[in-house]
Amino acid sequence: MESTIIKSRKFNASFGINHVVKNVNIDIPRNNVIAVMGPSGCGKTTFLRCINRMHELIPGATCNGAMTINDEDIYTMHPIFVRLKIGMVFQRPNPFPNLSIYDNVIAGYKLNGIKLARAEKDRIVEHSLTKVALWNEVKDSLLKKGTFLSGGQQQRLCIARAVAMEPEVLLFDEPTSALDPISTATVEELFHELKANYTLIIVTHNMQQAARVSDRTAFFYMGELVEYDLTKNVFTNPKDNRTQNYITGRFS
Amino acid sequence: METSLQAPVIPSPAVRDTVGIRKRIRRSFRQIRTESVFKQTLVIAGLILVILVLGILLTLITQSLPSIRLLGLKFIWGSTWNPVKNVYGAFPFLLGTLLTSFLALLICIPFSIAIAVFLGEYYPSGWFADVLKNAVELIAAVPSVIYGFWGLAVLVPMVRSLEARLGIDQPLGVGIFSASLILSVMIIPYAASLGRSMIQMVPEHLKEAAYGLGATRWEVIRHVVLPYTRSGLFAGILLSLGRALGETMAVTMVIGNSSILPKSIFAPGNTMASVIANEFTEADKTVYLSALIELGLALFLVTVIINIIGKKIIDRFTNE
Repeated sequence: MESTIIKSRKFNASFGINHVVKNVNIDIPRNNVIAVMGPSGCGKTTFLRCINRMHELIPGATCNGAMTINDEDIYTMHPIFVRLKIGMVFQRPNPFPNLSIYDNVIAGYKLNGIKLARAEKDRIVEHSLTKVALWNEVKDSLLKKGTFLSGGQQQRLCIARAVAMEPEVLLFDEPTSALDPISTATVEELFHELKANYTLIIVTHNMQQAARVSDRTAFFYMGELVEYDLTKNVFTNPKDNRTQNYITGRFS
Repeated sequence: METSLQAPVIPSPAVRDTVGIRKRIRRSFRQIRTESVFKQTLVIAGLILVILVLGILLTLITQSLPSIRLLGLKFIWGSTWNPVKNVYGAFPFLLGTLLTSFLALLICIPFSIAIAVFLGEYYPSGWFADVLKNAVELIAAVPSVIYGFWGLAVLVPMVRSLEARLGIDQPLGVGIFSASLILSVMIIPYAASLGRSMIQMVPEHLKEAAYGLGATRWEVIRHVVLPYTRSGLFAGILLSLGRALGETMAVTMVIGNSSILPKSIFAPGNTMASVIANEFTEADKTVYLSALIELGLALFLVTVIINIIGKKIIDRFTNE
């Protein structure tokens, strides 16, 4: 039986008077890949950023409602602990340009002031880079700058950086929209492997991607969660008209 | 490309359109002419500036030739400045300039970086940020003679009582330390405003990457914002150093104007600029005048050298 890890109830988020996430209730099961899709401006990215409390960093952003991880209220926890439990990968690969590949992987530890022994660092770096299938490509150039890598490699480095903190949930905000098709395929393959240890929530514009990689799909439209079900049901037998229209390309 | 060279095919009913097209083409020729005039203006403006700088350098060199001939290198290393006996050693002033400027820099760095971080990252908008921003800009707008007055009226008595408490005999108040304090206030806006704009340019996605890894605001500033902007911060500090080296009026008023090699930072002294300002009208001999101009040349060279070193350091930071 699958257990729920992230749960939201009557969750709303706004930028000032602009209400962008409306009354969202969702249960996200552990070790699943969840695709969140919908047209531009439907609130999917905002909802994602609410899960690890990145939303509140934007001036004027507010939210209310219940959001829990393992039945613990995310909004009463300290945001730092939330973000350690729930890692995030962004749309554009954003390795720290002043750090080497090695230091980028352990950047989370460095940022949080956690001192590690050399051997421990080496182990984390190798482990994380192996997990994202980057170890063999970069093991001889670990001391080169992270920005030296190609876009797809940079994005995998960013995933390794998030994985290194051993979070429970990984959030991806359109992780492949800045990548070429081959890099996209590599990253998509990763999702299948990462799912064994983490719960992945992926915001995507790309319906084929949602269909390929996810176990469940959530469809957002105008800030509402219109439909949320097993991916195969959403794509073959959508219950809502708006979902039907979206996946058949009648609006975008 | 080839098609654009061919005459445009004009449909017969639209004869009036031909005139319109011709007109438009003529207009575009005019635009091309304007373009080249504009470019020439820019080149001339740039050339004038270069000629001006070279002219200043040339004047300084030719005017200081009598003093260079008479004194040679003794001018730089000599520590006695006695116009009556025709002995001109500029070392006390060179030391005074470097000492006041670097001391001022040392005092101003923490404040200007703090202001830059506060306005750039921590609190970029709101009424307090506006007030602070304007106040910092106003610091640069106050004429330096006003700083001199303020220094004499407020700062010097304070420094004097500090010196008395430290047990220095002859607490004068005026001296190298007072001049550095005044300078440090005057140069804060340069480093602070450049630093602020650099900090505001740190890409949002890098900061988000750090926040996403559980960093606090301080950790983001410490590990992302400051490393990313260090060359900009350094450039701002260099700019303020350039200002400090050449600042004349306020320094002249509070430094004490003593031509003896200063024994401590509380002793009165002189900078190259303050000597020139003080003695230029009194220079009654050719050599005396020439020695003062050579002092100007030395100041010019010191500023240039420090700027070149600074640029090299910035390059090294940015290439990393």
